[in-house]
Amino acid sequence: MYTDLVMEHFRNPRNMGVIEDADGVGEVGNPTCGDMMRITIKVSDDVLEDVKFQTLGCGAAVATSSMVTELAKGKNLDEAVDITNKQVAEALGGLPPNKMHCSNLAADGLRAAIEDYKERRAKAAHN
Amino acid sequence: MDNLIYFDHAATTPTDPAVVEAMQRWFTTDFGNPATLYNLGLTANQAMETSRAEIAGLLGAEPDEIYFTSGGTESDNWAIKGVADAHEKKGRHLITSTIEHHAVLDTMEYLEKKGFEVTRVRVDSGGLVDPDDVRKAIRPDTILISIMHANNEVGTIEPISAIGEIAREAGVIFHTDAVQTVGKLPVNVDDLNVDILSLSGHKFYGPKGVGATYLRKRVRVTPLMHGGGQERRRRAGTQNVPGIVGLAKALQLATDRMAEEAVREQAMRDRLWQGLQESIPDIWLNGHPTERLANSLNFRVEGIEGEAMILCLDMNLIGVSSGSACTTGSLEPSHVLLAMGIPAELAHGSLRLTLGRDNTDIDIAYFLDVFPPVVKRLRDMSPVYNK
Repeated sequence: MYTDLVMEHFRNPRNMGVIEDADGVGEVGNPTCGDMMRITIKVSDDVLEDVKFQTLGCGAAVATSSMVTELAKGKNLDEAVDITNKQVAEALGGLPPNKMHCSNLAADGLRAAIEDYKERRAKAAHN
Repeated sequence: MDNLIYFDHAATTPTDPAVVEAMQRWFTTDFGNPATLYNLGLTANQAMETSRAEIAGLLGAEPDEIYFTSGGTESDNWAIKGVADAHEKKGRHLITSTIEHHAVLDTMEYLEKKGFEVTRVRVDSGGLVDPDDVRKAIRPDTILISIMHANNEVGTIEPISAIGEIAREAGVIFHTDAVQTVGKLPVNVDDLNVDILSLSGHKFYGPKGVGATYLRKRVRVTPLMHGGGQERRRRAGTQNVPGIVGLAKALQLATDRMAEEAVREQAMRDRLWQGLQESIPDIWLNGHPTERLANSLNFRVEGIEGEAMILCLDMNLIGVSSGSACTTGSLEPSHVLLAMGIPAELAHGSLRLTLGRDNTDIDIAYFLDVFPPVVKRLRDMSPVYNK
């Protein structure tokens, strides 16, 4: 049911784990519906220096998490924030239709992490 | 798939080579239509009637109470829609449970849309129906009770005989979906007090696409299929003679080795569960600890998700399900586990292993080698498991 590339990312997920001193953290999903994702980012000069993920979920949830870290790493924040769930799915060669909504949240997780980073920076500037 | 280790016998079983052998000639040399009057057809008809008598004998029924169908789903649909249609003048209320197979639940829902009322009795945390709940649900307008013999996801065996007694006292027709028990447990229609029973060949090493309905004499049901006069005008369509011969052969073979096989599979299953509990923290059994099919093991693993486990096991050439094979690909947590009071996030992290004839101690040892590292890997990846 999955493309070879989805299975490859599921088997060998890229950038799995947590950045301990992260500049931003994004959490999306809900254990009740079976998927939960946490993205941590490290930012320097508005560029995503490092991106890591942790995911509870199905094959699609793991593969999209892994793919979004690859797409985002090295991009500046303005580019990274525009990555869509659809682009992540396309980069994986597509997902089964029933997985497109529920298990395709990785770009939302990344965006949440970038927003968290921006809020933290705004607060720091304010203080 | 020679190297596959198969732990999904509740989904389907490989057809026994002796069954395939028994079926062969009815495809090729003796291919006649059993409704025809010349020798070729009469031979086929004779084989079919011999099969019917054999199956009836094994279930404690009369031959003319056995009707051949395309399998469990058709038998369930026929029982429910057939009774509803034939008895709606008496009433439009039906009783079932919350953990039935979708062949029953979706048929009930269909009837609800047509104006029938359905009561779904609850189950306890082990998946057991309380016969007293069924008794309390009966109303003057109740026309059918349908409760499964054993559940396909967790293996819990329901108190069918007791429920049947209640149904009989109340004068309500009683159907049981025995798809998971025929061939695994002794099934006698009189001991179980059932009026209608569904069975399916491919669950007990018979062919797919063939099953049967036991229909007690004088119980009225409207046919699902209209057409030729086959099956005493109750199920039109040329009978699947090779499948029917295979069905009878498979049931005979399964009955012959039933007792021995149940002991063997239960010993393997119990060793497997023991080993898993020793090597993996935070796993729990789903289903009844004792009132359960000998080959069934369903458990939940905290902090990870079922499909991810299935994919990892598949990479290691192990075939398992997270629940009913029919709902694989659905994103909803199992209705059975939810009905047993298991929270959705743990229901998502459940795995079903159902053992069968082809499994050996080597398979159990292999699973115990492969599975703990899979759990560790997925838990390392999980944002919610931090133990």
